[in-house]
Amino acid sequence: MIFDPPIMALLLLATLTMVAVLAAAPFAAYLLRHWNLESGHARQIRLERGTHLVSTVWMLIMLLQVPALALFVHNADRMAVLFTGAMCAVGTLNVNQWGMPAFLSQVAVFFGALAWLLMNTADNLGKDYPFIRHKYGLLLALAPVVVTAGVMEWLYFLNLDPNVITSCCSRLFTPEGSGVQADISTFPAKPTLIALFGALSALLVLAGLVWGVGGGAGKRVAAVYGLLGALFFPLAIVAIISVISPYVYETPNHHCPFCILKPQYGFIGYALYAPLFFGSGLALGVFVLGILPMPESVRAALPERLRRWTAASALLLALFGLAAFYAIWRSHLVMFH
Amino acid sequence: MFHWLARQRYLMDYTLAAMWRRKWRNLVLLVVFTLVVFLLASVSFFGSAVRFEAKRALKFAPEVMVQNLVLGRHALAPADWVDKLKGIRGTRNVRGRLWGYFYDQGNGANYTVMVADGSDPSLAVAPGEVIVGAGVARVREVEKLRNLLLLRPDGKLFKLRAKRILSDDSALLTHDLVLLSEADFREFFNLPRDAGFTDIALEVRNRREVATIANKISQRLPNARVVTREDILRTYENVFSWREGVLQAMLAASLAAFAIFAFDKASGLSAEERREIGILKALGWDTSDILAMKLWEGALLALFAFLIGAVAAYAHVFLFQAGVLAPVLKGWAVLYPQAPLTPQIDRLQLVTLAMLTIVPFIAATLVPVWKAAITDPEVVMR
Repeated sequence: MIFDPPIMALLLLATLTMVAVLAAAPFAAYLLRHWNLESGHARQIRLERGTHLVSTVWMLIMLLQVPALALFVHNADRMAVLFTGAMCAVGTLNVNQWGMPAFLSQVAVFFGALAWLLMNTADNLGKDYPFIRHKYGLLLALAPVVVTAGVMEWLYFLNLDPNVITSCCSRLFTPEGSGVQADISTFPAKPTLIALFGALSALLVLAGLVWGVGGGAGKRVAAVYGLLGALFFPLAIVAIISVISPYVYETPNHHCPFCILKPQYGFIGYALYAPLFFGSGLALGVFVLGILPMPESVRAALPERLRRWTAASALLLALFGLAAFYAIWRSHLVMFH
Repeated sequence: MFHWLARQRYLMDYTLAAMWRRKWRNLVLLVVFTLVVFLLASVSFFGSAVRFEAKRALKFAPEVMVQNLVLGRHALAPADWVDKLKGIRGTRNVRGRLWGYFYDQGNGANYTVMVADGSDPSLAVAPGEVIVGAGVARVREVEKLRNLLLLRPDGKLFKLRAKRILSDDSALLTHDLVLLSEADFREFFNLPRDAGFTDIALEVRNRREVATIANKISQRLPNARVVTREDILRTYENVFSWREGVLQAMLAASLAAFAIFAFDKASGLSAEERREIGILKALGWDTSDILAMKLWEGALLALFAFLIGAVAAYAHVFLFQAGVLAPVLKGWAVLYPQAPLTPQIDRLQLVTLAMLTIVPFIAATLVPVWKAAITDPEVVMR
């Protein structure tokens, strides 16, 4: 089934990404070992030149992960008609054992990519490559994840068998089922919603603090915001599965987090997921930069950036909150009083 | 943010001016790239348009079809199957259908001969009458003669009065159609009353139970083949996606050739270009500035090529009926329907197309661009 245009595009991207990673990883290791800005050695000049290429390649590759993730999910949703039993992306991803790991590792790559892009931007703020070691350290840490995602994707698409009867989302995301996803769907509605909107309010207050304080103290608050903002992501996913999706479908038994992407629900899933993913991804990047010691050369520019990224992240998460609120408000379903 | 935007705007400004200075070289690249995009986009647009038409056509297909198999081949379904199927709870509107193919020796065309099922009064046919599709009407000049003369398979002449000619709107389905009454059909094909039906169509009360009903049918009639509308839809989706994919994979060779071409163009910097980079660096441009400028060059080229190629492909497929590609994707026949394609493009397609074309181009030019950007000013200006 790999002769399908979106699949070919995804595989092309996955392959290019893997090639880029495998080419960059030895360079990153070499750089971590030998980087010394004071030295005028030919090796240092070579490294400084090489880092331009590697940074640019990685920047492009990481930027491409965003449409790649969207395309992967959208394509899985579209292919549901091809498999008996599949009604949305869940069924397609469950056709073989590689689908879900491929998807989850793609999500991990997405978050790693956002964090890396923020760090790259921060690194470019100073003339003396202030974050270069961290940047390449993160690259090396991300490399296995990226390769895993690529390999999983290949295995998934190569092993797609149209004769397999797969499970529909209503079989997996149901309180009667077993497994993590089934457990999540049993979470009670009211406490989950209170936790979700409570956490969101706390995050907005923190972001306001970061905006107001600024400077070194602001950086510490930004780190706290970043950590909580990144942790907000799993909470939001739990809330989507246990409460928000049933509100969207207006039936208390359907908990699928993928069907909300379908056109018949007004694409509300995209309004929920896009701000959520970008908002918590930015928060993750802010967290990483917030806990790192601040180099001298970016003391003037970086806090300002952190302030803006925090604000952007908070704004996006607020948008997610609005979308969730809208989904609940216009629903005719009543889950609690 | 505004600072960043302003910087990109200046870079773009400079890049456009620089590209204009080497317009012939860039034009060649643009033309080749556009052509590649055009080919891939045509395949993609055409594939989705055909899939869309097939899906629309299948809306009117029966939910479940039951065929009899004898010696593993399709045979006539016994008439008593209709009652057996009516006995299965959840089925409704069970009806035996009579249809077959007829090869017209006069012109080498195949007609689909069918009995009108009577659900639509405008398509009701009395004995001695016939309703024909636009294609049949054209090759047999039915409009002029008001009659349809057919040579029965056993060699006798069969004359029918043309009651109506179906319009071109439904051409994809009715182009080669000949609608008869049941009596005429049986006489024409010399089919006795008790021979049964070609197949049996039925609807299912609850759409979610289609699979269950199909199971029950195969239990009750073990030698029957049960085909659901979902099955057909899935097969169409598969077949057309596959054809489209194979064609694109073949075109990928042209894409690879183009990537090599672009790589070559980007690596072979002219002396003048080298001097330009050297001067820029001497003026204080950073390596990253040069890289950004060169990336803008590639991005602008890719953007133009993509837009022009996609628009041209749209025109090719939807205004000119995909003259170049149609035979490969559609298949062909003597009586082929001339159905205009409904313009039908989705975001997924455009994103896919952009990824398939722009990404390899950027990937091929990155390393040469970097090589150009790291040259020392004193090396080139000496």
